[in-house]
Amino acid sequence: MSEAETMLSVDNLKVYFDIKPEGAMLWTKPLRLKAVDGVSFDLKKGETLGIVGESGCGKSTLARAVISMVPSESGRVVWMGSDILGLPVDKMRPLRREIQMIFQDPLASLDPRMTIGEIIAEPLKTHMRNLKPKEIKERVQAMMDKVGLLPNQINRYPHEFSGGQCQRIGIARSLILEPKLVICDEPVSALDVSIQAQVINLLTRLQKELGISLIFIAHDLSVVKHISDRVLVLYLGNAVEMSDGDELYMRPRHPYTQLLISAVPIPDPEIEQNREVDLIKGELPSPINPPSGCVFRTRCPRVQEKCAKEKPVLQTIEGTHQVACHFPLD
Amino acid sequence: MSLLEVRNLFVDFSTPDGTVHAVTDVSFSIAKGETLAIVGESGSGKSQIVFAAMGLLADNGKARGEVLFEGRNLLALKQAQLNNVRANDIAMIFQDPMTSLNPYMRVSEQMTEVLVLHKGMSKSAAHAESVRMLEAVKIPDARSVIRRYPHECSGGMRQRIMIAMSLLCRPKLLIADEPTTALDVTVQAQIMHLLSEIQQEFGTAIILITHDLGVVAGSCENTLVLYGGRILEYGPTRDLFASPAQPYTKGLLSALPRLDEDGEELHTIPGNPPNMMLDIKGCPFAPRCTYRVAECAETMPPLVNFEGGRLRACHVAIEDLK
Repeated sequence: MSEAETMLSVDNLKVYFDIKPEGAMLWTKPLRLKAVDGVSFDLKKGETLGIVGESGCGKSTLARAVISMVPSESGRVVWMGSDILGLPVDKMRPLRREIQMIFQDPLASLDPRMTIGEIIAEPLKTHMRNLKPKEIKERVQAMMDKVGLLPNQINRYPHEFSGGQCQRIGIARSLILEPKLVICDEPVSALDVSIQAQVINLLTRLQKELGISLIFIAHDLSVVKHISDRVLVLYLGNAVEMSDGDELYMRPRHPYTQLLISAVPIPDPEIEQNREVDLIKGELPSPINPPSGCVFRTRCPRVQEKCAKEKPVLQTIEGTHQVACHFPLD
Repeated sequence: MSLLEVRNLFVDFSTPDGTVHAVTDVSFSIAKGETLAIVGESGSGKSQIVFAAMGLLADNGKARGEVLFEGRNLLALKQAQLNNVRANDIAMIFQDPMTSLNPYMRVSEQMTEVLVLHKGMSKSAAHAESVRMLEAVKIPDARSVIRRYPHECSGGMRQRIMIAMSLLCRPKLLIADEPTTALDVTVQAQIMHLLSEIQQEFGTAIILITHDLGVVAGSCENTLVLYGGRILEYGPTRDLFASPAQPYTKGLLSALPRLDEDGEELHTIPGNPPNMMLDIKGCPFAPRCTYRVAECAETMPPLVNFEGGRLRACHVAIEDLK
């Protein structure tokens, strides 16, 4: 695809947190926690990029760093041709109209003292101050209809809704400004299976209708594969593999991705009970003191001497398939 | 004889807003060494069934019916007798290992306490047995781990400690309430593998309560599907997954995105789960069911045997569910 279609480009982004060790004194030097350690990716118009990884791999931090919700150490984030990393708040504000976010806990992300109508209208009142109240109401009603909320629910409060409905409200609030990119941080993890399917279908339908790009963060590989065009796999703050979703599942090249896929249970007893699950060994190392070289080497079944000395970089192995491994799988 | 038999169990909670009917007329049984999955969404009453059986209901909860463990009705036992059963015969592990371990006690104290209290062991013998059990759940370097506090262990390790602790008294039945929900998928695979090994080694029967159909598929012989506090389907896991005989089970299985399949639009179940405060006359799933007939709203269909060992509660004939 041509250069013009790239909406977002993240280059070698690093997010480090300084944390005080146990029993620290005022003058104790803080420890550095490498939450995201040099991740790069591109996002095209209308594309969905899935980010998967286990707890603590830095997937949420990465998304937050992209929109400067957490400060970054170094790197570049280019949004529609201009560098946006570390912009002052007033310069960042207009961009927030174009990049919106949906959060994991649907109820906790809604103000309990505001009605649904007020919640969905709030971004309009903040970003488009010249709108008349009547116009605002019309837009809110149109959006509620789009996400499947009933018109008579406009004056109700969040606690009157179930988890799935609250997530619809969150989606309505994020889409009301007609953003170009929506970052979804575990949007369906807190929902039941039958409701999860409703929300996933809603998101995919709205994306097609409105032509927005999505960054979809989740720990559930099956959900991510279902919704994403491309998937980025993170491990301990590092991108280990990136590829088209089907290709990633059919032919994982990084040993970690392969173990991760193997661990996902298939809801079919015929397959599941006759399948050999490759268990990952050991525990996740601390991001304060990550292993030298490849971060996965301490648990990798294919580890060799080179892995401890040299850190593998994410490089193209075939077509759009990228992997960061010295000894990738065939 | 079955190890545990639940007969016509009802669980109600009285709240300021009215009575919540969490479990309605549930009967099932589990044999020695069997693995039974209880599947349902939040609020379906799956946890309340075992909480009632174990005498762990909240103060405003009331259980009616019978829960027979080796012929004894647990609901009628006195606290002291129940404590005895809970320690020696039935053990339970919970969803969140951090909140079920005592943060102020070292792992060693929490584990030896069980053995000293229930088995009358000496402290040193109890300690040695605890280390042996931690090794049985594959904790590396168990001797040093046992001296730690819970917060010094990772989530997966804490759940292993919980499992080791529940096995100390060699229970005949282990109840696992969402044991892997709080864990990452690679750790989940480790824990499920461990549970099946333990079952083979100790011959423990396991009731696995979960919302994750993938986990059920891999490890359980029989599956019980719960919705709105009622059993809608029961049967051998393979048959139930291969040919679900109830609209809810069918919908649930097809609503799941699968890693091994190419995704078109996901099948959804329209609507929302039922309000458990209402007295539901008919089938609790009727308002969301695409197959419903007039009868569904009026009377709850009985749970009937329709094929070797399989039960279903539905007014619609199986042939019409295709």
